[in-house]
Amino acid sequence: MSWLTEFVRPKIQQLVRRTDVPENLWHKCKSCEQMIFHRDLAKNNHVCQHCGHHMRISAQNRLELLFDGGKYQTIELPNVPVDPLKFRDQKKYTDRLKAAQAKATYKDALAVAHGEVGGHATVIAVFDFSFMGGSMGIAVGEGIVAAAELASVQDAALIIVPASGGARMQEGILSLMQMARTTAAIEKVKEKGLPYFVLLTDPTTGGVSASFAMLGDIQVAEPGAQIGFAGRRVIENTIREKLPDDFQTAEYLLDHGMVDMVVPRNELNATFGRLIDMIRRTKPGASIVPIKDAKKKPDTKGAKADK
Amino acid sequence: MHNFLDFEKPIAELEGKIEELRHLTGNDEVNIADEVARLQDKLTKLLQGTYGKLTPWQKTQVARHPDRPHFTDYIGHLFEDFTPLSGDRLFGEDEAIIGGLARLQGRSVMVIGHEKGHDTETRVKHNFGSARPEGYRKAVRLMRMAERFNIPVVTLVDTAGAFPGADAEARGQSEAIARSIETCLDIKVPLISIVIGEGGSGGAIALAVANTVLMLENSIYSVISPEGCASILWRSGDEAKTAAEALRLTAQDLLQLGVIDDIIAEPLGGAQRSPAEACKRVGAAIIKALESMDDVEGGVLKARRRDKFLEMGRKGLN
Ligand SMILES: [Zn+2]
Repeated sequence: MSWLTEFVRPKIQQLVRRTDVPENLWHKCKSCEQMIFHRDLAKNNHVCQHCGHHMRISAQNRLELLFDGGKYQTIELPNVPVDPLKFRDQKKYTDRLKAAQAKATYKDALAVAHGEVGGHATVIAVFDFSFMGGSMGIAVGEGIVAAAELASVQDAALIIVPASGGARMQEGILSLMQMARTTAAIEKVKEKGLPYFVLLTDPTTGGVSASFAMLGDIQVAEPGAQIGFAGRRVIENTIREKLPDDFQTAEYLLDHGMVDMVVPRNELNATFGRLIDMIRRTKPGASIVPIKDAKKKPDTKGAKADK
Repeated sequence: MHNFLDFEKPIAELEGKIEELRHLTGNDEVNIADEVARLQDKLTKLLQGTYGKLTPWQKTQVARHPDRPHFTDYIGHLFEDFTPLSGDRLFGEDEAIIGGLARLQGRSVMVIGHEKGHDTETRVKHNFGSARPEGYRKAVRLMRMAERFNIPVVTLVDTAGAFPGADAEARGQSEAIARSIETCLDIKVPLISIVIGEGGSGGAIALAVANTVLMLENSIYSVISPEGCASILWRSGDEAKTAAEALRLTAQDLLQLGVIDDIIAEPLGGAQRSPAEACKRVGAAIIKALESMDDVEGGVLKARRRDKFLEMGRKGLN
């Protein structure tokens, strides 16, 4: 018998056990198996301080670390038809959706926000992998269309951050059509001369990888992220061979000329900020004017002020 | 001799009987002729009955039928002066996708499509219609060329999906498909797509973001194969039939969902029973679509195509 059972009253003991404090305080890194204190993990943006492994993070965390000063405003995404196929597998799709929504911050697997990156107006669309594997259905597609429109209206840069297993099967052909819709939406942004960047995070596969996610002016990937069209197991079954460990990782894509750079999470805001600044402020001397002050100084060069 | 599908057993038996009777010789030839005519009539009714109410799973089987006309059959029956153009100018030549210049009733067109092959040798040669990045990059190259010379593009879609291979991934399968979709959306010439058999996922839509998207009556078009869907959502490949129902992958479903523009009726008993007739009907549908875009300015064609896809699914679903 330990001192705890002897001296702590049963009620308190129960309390301690119920809140599973020990599990939440310490995280085990999946890559190096070292234990990391939760505060250290949060401070380091969920990157393992021992081995540099990038863990998956929430859409909210993602927005915070990408925008300057962690400041941003999310926009309400348009309502879309829900369950147009009346799909049912072992569960009803509407029940799966409700269950996902109960746990989620956003209505579906995408959040769209605007703010500044490198001091320039920027719209960022982020996938939420915890929402049905970040799968892309009509709601996600519509969200990307909305993000693209917002970027055009605000004359802002657009960054999309996929974290998705691919299409939302339960929406059938309409989920496949989102590949065309999202591609059309970003094409409009590009035609306006606005920069469109993609940050590939773990994982980006299937129909998401084979549409807007591969069409960025600049393609950035997070270290270790799995990125590819077909799933690893599907490929192994097709070619009846085991694939190397680094297959479909961000580093593998860099080696094969498919991304411009692999950038650690802690350097993302600075990297995007520098790139957007070079693209949007091309002459010496022109200063950046924050959007909110722009209206007051309409004569200032180098900043497209209002929306 | 036809290849028969499981559900066609009564049809096969009846056709067998008719064949037998035809080969009978004897002094009762008048009666035999009467009997053949009677059975022919019965066969027609049986075909009408069976093909009039195919289930989604049966349609999936018909869409994949080995005797169904493939890309090369359409080239043979429909197009003149077909001149294949090879290679993506980057890495290689992928024969899972064939493309080239041709004439259709006197009009120059760029025709591009998947070819599955019809026997072991040709199936291997065409990789069963599952393309690698080179196939999509060739398609992009040919679409751009067509745009340069103001020639309409016609695509024939028939694939189980893009090839899931290690080499395809290494050379950027995702990027190749994405770029092909982007090019479909961008070109300032008419683009017409017909799903002639199987429209399998990303590998299909890569060639099918068109001004006019048509499907043959018994073809299918889906985000995932019924087998793949069943193994993921039902955790059992045996539920493919159920998944085929749930996915709403038939031409009739897609027309109702506003994803395609029209359905091309197949000859009685499916395109595989009368390939020449099926090709003829597809040809008529292409001409009709092309005529509707005659004299429409290229920029307008592009804008219409883009708006059509941006609007898709926004209205008329719930
Ligand atoms: Zn670690």
